[in-house]
Amino acid sequence: MNVIETKNISKLYKQADLEIRALDNVSVNFKQGEFTAIVGPSGSGKTTFLNSIGGLDSPTKGQVLIDNNDITQLNSNKLIDFRLKNIGFVFQSYNLIPVLTAKENVEFIMLMQGVSNKIRDKRSKELLEAVGLQEHLNRRPNQLSGGQQQRVAVARALASKPKFVLADEPTANLDSSSTSNLLDIMYRLNNDEKMTFIFSTHDQRVIDRAKRIITLEDGKIISDTNIK
Amino acid sequence: MEKIIKIAWRNVWRNKLRSLVVITSMVLGLWSGLFTIAMSNGINEQRVKSAIDTYLHHIQIHNPLFEYNLDINSSVEDPLQILKELENNNLVKGFSSRIIISAMASSAHGAEGVRVIGIDSENEKQFSDISKNILKGNYFSNIKSKPALIGQKLADNLKLDIKKKLSFTFVDDKGDLQRIKFKVEGVFKTASSIHDSGNIYVKKEDLNQLLFNNSMIHEVAILCNNIDDSDILKQELQNSFPENKVETWKDISPELGSVQELMVWFFFIFMSIILLALSFGIANIMLMAVLERKRELGMLMSVGLNKTKIFLMILFETIFISFISLPVGIVLSYLMISYYGRAGIDLSIVSQGLESFGMNSMVYTHLPSDYYFKITILTLFVTLVSSLFPARRALKLDPAEAVRSQ
Ligand SMILES: Nc1ncnc2c1ncn2[C@@H]1O[C@H](COP(=O)(O)OP(=O)(O)OP(=O)(O)O)[C@@H](O)[C@H]1O
Ligand SMILES: [Mg+2]
Repeated sequence: MNVIETKNISKLYKQADLEIRALDNVSVNFKQGEFTAIVGPSGSGKTTFLNSIGGLDSPTKGQVLIDNNDITQLNSNKLIDFRLKNIGFVFQSYNLIPVLTAKENVEFIMLMQGVSNKIRDKRSKELLEAVGLQEHLNRRPNQLSGGQQQRVAVARALASKPKFVLADEPTANLDSSSTSNLLDIMYRLNNDEKMTFIFSTHDQRVIDRAKRIITLEDGKIISDTNIK
Repeated sequence: MEKIIKIAWRNVWRNKLRSLVVITSMVLGLWSGLFTIAMSNGINEQRVKSAIDTYLHHIQIHNPLFEYNLDINSSVEDPLQILKELENNNLVKGFSSRIIISAMASSAHGAEGVRVIGIDSENEKQFSDISKNILKGNYFSNIKSKPALIGQKLADNLKLDIKKKLSFTFVDDKGDLQRIKFKVEGVFKTASSIHDSGNIYVKKEDLNQLLFNNSMIHEVAILCNNIDDSDILKQELQNSFPENKVETWKDISPELGSVQELMVWFFFIFMSIILLALSFGIANIMLMAVLERKRELGMLMSVGLNKTKIFLMILFETIFISFISLPVGIVLSYLMISYYGRAGIDLSIVSQGLESFGMNSMVYTHLPSDYYFKITILTLFVTLVSSLFPARRALKLDPAEAVRSQ
């Protein structure tokens, strides 16, 4: 069963006379429980692709089916609601609300979803423990290291029980030990809880741990490999 | 919602310096505006009060012809009935009946046209401020025969001083020209130099002797227990004594009353200008706060904060700033205004100019309490409006765009 299915998506950016094809007829499927890396040179369309399947950006052409629903047809308020309920995001930086503590950041999404106080409290503690931050529940982002902040972001992404987590270069600002630490956590969540992760990266150490690697170039998929 | 408010509140304190600058400017704006208005209002109230206490009073009754011809024979009709009625009316605090004669006052140095006002010295001491305005000499106490009180301006013009003689020439009620000598006992000075240059107070009985009809009076001045009852009492008296003309202080000196009404407009226009300037400052700072938080707001939208919530968050941030500034500004203004309302501000350096406009050199600030309430509403309204612009700008952010710009 496909969680995500893209049908011939293209994204055109017009800049003056120049037309940039950030995505060019991309058709690809993702199944439940995948751990997939999107790779490719800078400007190949990785971010554009992730934003398209995450409903942050709408493709110029084609369909994005999430559980067989075409999200390109949703209006912007419905999209926000869709993202809230279905997708966890981890960005390269600025993931957290600076004025809230780690625990409040994790709880925030659940609060938006209307999860009760008690469950919020329990789940946010569990998740922060899962990313190894049980000691730092009440710290604000600026009191955490970059790696710790990204772990909070992963915890937050999972808090809403999304169908999948999209991470755009989540380790780009991290040193190597923080990188492997974050990957361990994602890997474990993928194995234990069957959480689907799709992430873009330039980092060979991250690519090495992916179970499937999709390579983009000039907005086209040039290879799609499953690793066993 | 609760969380949005909490985030907004904390966002206010993220950039403490900036928020404090906005809050301070709002506090200063409110304070300077309210204080300036309290000062002009105080000046105006004093002007009205001083005019009422010295010569205007709450109500005056005259013969309808008197104000046109100032003829000695245009005296008040039914004077005894009127005085009796006033004795028994419980709106009345006090009253005074006066004889007024137009005369030519002359000294060795010149002559001036004046109004000689005959008063009942004991009663008038309670009734008006004349006795309190004596600058030099006394208020009817030493000189036995025909004492007079003259204004400082007139004393200057005629080069008169206390114990000097001056004479009046006037036409009496039989049409005969009379000339009579008085002796200056006191020199008074009121807030109005116009009043001081044209009026002379003498004892009523001294004038009475000169007149053929010795029960005639030309003016009945009345004080109410409450100035706001002036209009009611005026109607009552006008109905009872239709052959006389009954006027309130506002009828006699409409410019004094209308200035008070103008104050309300002045207040709103002045405060609106100050608040408008402040609101541009607020809108600008909030806009900066939105633009420099593009990424963060984009992230919030990406993870599921809808537009309404983003909008509310920015709105609350602005409102909080005014919620902090408003009470501080108002309390500060209130304290300053009540302090200087008691202690007064000495404007004597410029008082020469002020007094010819009927003002006192000490200014006592005063602001009616409903103004504080009105300014609160006005400020809340203005800040709400000024927050709409940055909040709307936040809505225009495209999450994909905002998230992308690293
Ligand atoms: N808003 C935009 N307007 C115009 N062109 C854009 C816009 N966003 C992206 N592009 C172009 O689309 C192409 C794909 O960009 P994208 O950001 O998806 O690449 P990427 O693979 O994520 O690159 P990187 O590894 O540097 O993050 C690039 O050529 C980029 O210049
Ligand atoms: Mg990218």
